[in-house]
Amino acid sequence: MTNIPETGRTSRITIRLVVIQILVFSLLLTLGGRLWYLQIRQGDEFAAQAAGNHVQQVIQPAVRGAILDARGVPIADNETRLVVSADRTELSKLPDDGEQVLADVAELLGLPADEVVNRVRLCDAETPQPCWNGSPYQPIPITDEATTRQALQIRERTEDFPGISAEPTAVRRYPSPEGANTAQVLGYLSPVTDDEVADSEDTDNPLLRSDQIGRAGLERSYDEYLRGQAGVTRYEVDKFGRVLGQSESEAARAGDSLVTTIDTRVQAVVERELVQAMEVARGQHDDISGRNYEAEAGSAVVLENDTGRVVAMASAPDYDPNVWVGGISTDDYSRLTDENSEYPLLNRAIMGQGPPGSTFKVVTSTAAVNAGFDWNGSYDCSSSYDIGGQTFRNFESSSYGPITLGRAIEVSCNTVFYGIAHREWQADGGNDPVDDPDDWLFRTAHDFGLGEATGIDLPDEAAGRIPDRQWKEEYWEANRDEWCEIADSDRDDYAARIARENCTEGMTMRAGDMLNFSIGQGDVLVTPVQLASVYAALGNGGTLYQPQVGRAVIGPDGTVRDEFEPQETGRLPADEQTMQNLRDATESVITTGSAAWKFGGWPQGEIPLRGKTGTAEASGDQQTTSWLATYTDDYTVVMTISQAGTGSGASGDAVRHIWEAIYGVQGGSVDDDAALLPEPHRDLPRIDENGTIVPQRDDDDN
Amino acid sequence: MSTRNLTIDRLAPTKSAWRRLADRDSLVRRVDWVLLLAALALSLIGIVLIYSATRNRTEITGGDPEFFLIRQSINLAIGLALAVAVMWLGHQRLRSFVPVFYALSIGAILLVFTPLGTEINGQRAWLSLGGYTLQPGEFAKVAVVLGMAVVLADQVDAGDREFPGTRAVLQALALATAPLAVVVIDDMGMAMVLSMIVLGILLASGAPLKWSLGLITAGIGAGVLVWALGLLDSYQIDRFAAFADPSRDPSGVGYNTNQARIAIGQGGLHGMGLFNGSQTTGQFVPEQHTDFIFTVAGEELGFVGAGGIIALIGVVLWRALRIARESTDLYSTVIAAGIVAWMAFQCFENIGMALGIMPVAGIPLPFLSYGGTAMFAVWIAIGLLQSVRMKRALTV
Repeated sequence: MTNIPETGRTSRITIRLVVIQILVFSLLLTLGGRLWYLQIRQGDEFAAQAAGNHVQQVIQPAVRGAILDARGVPIADNETRLVVSADRTELSKLPDDGEQVLADVAELLGLPADEVVNRVRLCDAETPQPCWNGSPYQPIPITDEATTRQALQIRERTEDFPGISAEPTAVRRYPSPEGANTAQVLGYLSPVTDDEVADSEDTDNPLLRSDQIGRAGLERSYDEYLRGQAGVTRYEVDKFGRVLGQSESEAARAGDSLVTTIDTRVQAVVERELVQAMEVARGQHDDISGRNYEAEAGSAVVLENDTGRVVAMASAPDYDPNVWVGGISTDDYSRLTDENSEYPLLNRAIMGQGPPGSTFKVVTSTAAVNAGFDWNGSYDCSSSYDIGGQTFRNFESSSYGPITLGRAIEVSCNTVFYGIAHREWQADGGNDPVDDPDDWLFRTAHDFGLGEATGIDLPDEAAGRIPDRQWKEEYWEANRDEWCEIADSDRDDYAARIARENCTEGMTMRAGDMLNFSIGQGDVLVTPVQLASVYAALGNGGTLYQPQVGRAVIGPDGTVRDEFEPQETGRLPADEQTMQNLRDATESVITTGSAAWKFGGWPQGEIPLRGKTGTAEASGDQQTTSWLATYTDDYTVVMTISQAGTGSGASGDAVRHIWEAIYGVQGGSVDDDAALLPEPHRDLPRIDENGTIVPQRDDDDN
Repeated sequence: MSTRNLTIDRLAPTKSAWRRLADRDSLVRRVDWVLLLAALALSLIGIVLIYSATRNRTEITGGDPEFFLIRQSINLAIGLALAVAVMWLGHQRLRSFVPVFYALSIGAILLVFTPLGTEINGQRAWLSLGGYTLQPGEFAKVAVVLGMAVVLADQVDAGDREFPGTRAVLQALALATAPLAVVVIDDMGMAMVLSMIVLGILLASGAPLKWSLGLITAGIGAGVLVWALGLLDSYQIDRFAAFADPSRDPSGVGYNTNQARIAIGQGGLHGMGLFNGSQTTGQFVPEQHTDFIFTVAGEELGFVGAGGIIALIGVVLWRALRIARESTDLYSTVIAAGIVAWMAFQCFENIGMALGIMPVAGIPLPFLSYGGTAMFAVWIAIGLLQSVRMKRALTV
């Protein structure tokens, strides 16, 4: 290269040529470097962009799995309906943003025009329901109740209805077999949000923009199973959208069906009896408050003792879950959620918590035995119990003299338990607690599984509360500032005095707290399902089970994909003798005690029934909450109604009717043919050779 | 053959044909085979890439997937024939025909504006002759190179001056300005290439540096003036800037740039395999067989293949520069340097726009892009380079 020819070539030209050469090769190096950057450094990024470019997806939605009761009867399934939907993208291309089209559709469908407009508007922080919180690119359902005639009109006059479509679509249906609506247990569906779609992107089964997902109840907790997997066919397309080939295809896989432990026949009875009991209570006068009982809400749970399976779970008031299907209307939504609605969406059996009243005494008496008190000892059931100027009274100030613990349960004597709690409190140091107090009452309550969620397979279960020393401390820490502020003010009303006391001593476990706790009053909170699992454990010999509603998951082909076995969560802290004593005492409650007036003539010899009543004080001017927990060897029934008076008074008849239906008790005798569920379901429903789950109806019972 | 050779022939003993071919100074051995093979390899690769880019494009192939493959093969054959013809004639013998060739080229460019001209992609740069389109601008590049070489080297090669004088430079610039003035209106790409050729030739000819610097200054000045006077519509500015920011012209140049970048980017190290590029198969890159042919290489052959093409171009330019340096007269040097400037700029601009570092302009990639006239022009250039090389003094 350096060889300069021996011709007359001047060095100026050679130098210039070298300069040009350097320039040229710099340019080529620049290209090479840029090529490396695009292909090697950023290559993956572009590969993803390219994929987005040339792949179009066609989605076949999966049919959602059914929810069946223990016999295979569907409580949630699908039906084909004509769904009329609006495509916002198309509508927004119209000069008036599709206003006229929506008005025309409303007229055709016979719906109020503003209702239609509301349904297709997009949700944001300020927009009240109904609004669309799914993807704006997805057709938004206006109604799923179009008639064939309406659908045909829309499809034949596309030029009059741009952006409107009418398609037959599988939509959810809650058929309420036997009249069992089971609303809060089932839950409901609503469209996915963009965030949920984004979050699910990297999972095995990503959500599609058109998906609906479970928002509550079983629809939510078993969503993964029920949803199935949408079929996606990916086509390679060129830039004009012409299909070049089918790159991948996954057929839609229908969702799995969920067999539950619910027996819809029992469920129907429970729902009916709960509502009936509330209605009766509302007709009764409450002498304490001077007005009729409000009885505005209640719930009931039926558990299988030996497994923790939920045979029935009702919460009142309830609602028709079908209102969610195809988008909920403004009126329906406010009826379900506004202040005067009593919040029927809540499943009070697992979310409602309150003091359990005297039903808690089985816990206290077990604690007493564990603390060394003799079951058959003699305890004074006086009409009242005094501590430091405070008087704690028996219910209606009755007194029974010296009695045993068993008798105290039977007649629900508060003062016996006050005495025990007071002595325990003193043994632990009283106002100046010892370093490591025994806390038999709190410890036993925890061992009964109270104060923490049972782990039932339904979302948003409440944990209840055991107001032990730790809670007391935490509660004081959380509220101290507020109390002390009031305490420092010049006010001298009742609230201020309480605040003053709490400000300085709020962390101290006081004798009054302990006495209240011993009879299930004050700060202790339980949920109906917690109480039911406690009584079911008494019924099965002491094992606590995690209550469960899901029994098995059956694939679309009929294979059992998953079976949920009973889960033991603990054992009651009671020895056999205590257990037997408790069973005897709770039997006496039914035969001679506080509930006897409602269970006269019950065939106790054939079906031994046990139970405990409870009447819990509520805060403010609210009337008392009634509790009734009952159990046989097989099942437990717990019913609670707020502002309805005493446990036996409000729920006695209803609970008796539930038992009568389960065992076929008519009059004083047992008729096995009339029994809905004389024995718990042992087997899964029959699945035929086609993979179809065959519902076992009453007429083919045998 | 020149008279000088005749005397040598007479003195030398008679040799067999084979010996004559193998002789150190034989024509066969004087051909720069590295240059020839590199150029040929690029052309053949180009044909394959064009086939890949067009076999699915029924709307332009009329249903015959090999339509463009065959046409470009014919183009290459004609190009090779032209190169051989130029080699046989020799650039020195052509020297006297340069004025005629130059005049014909300018005439052809002007013909574009008659009814014979055709507009493609908004550029009026094509002549339509009996179903075959020609782009006279491509020949104008050759004409400008040759014309400037003749004028600049005239006095120098005669031994009157060491470097071209002011008069020669002005004449040469006038020669270049004529086609430039014609195409600048609606073929910016061609105007840019011509400008770079002029710059390269002025530098290589040894003309005083003030001319080159003056030209650069004038170019920048013109750009600033256009900007300052607001002669460009905002859409034109957006089109220009879209290579850096595709969002400025998302449906036009920006789309093109973006798709080109996706195609090249997804090629990765080894590419998606010939005929397997989804961007290419899906026709996402417009003008992919012509101006964006490099994206086919990038996507389907990857860094290895596309880098190889750049390397082959490097080989061509390296040999051309070597030929420029080794030539004995200014006429030859200027021709070779002019060709280097022409090809180097065109390659850089074309690949640069595919890679998103140069503004998008309608400039084909030498040897690779589909197009008859461009193919003929670059192979005439290869013929000229070979001719210069064959006439060089033997070294060693």
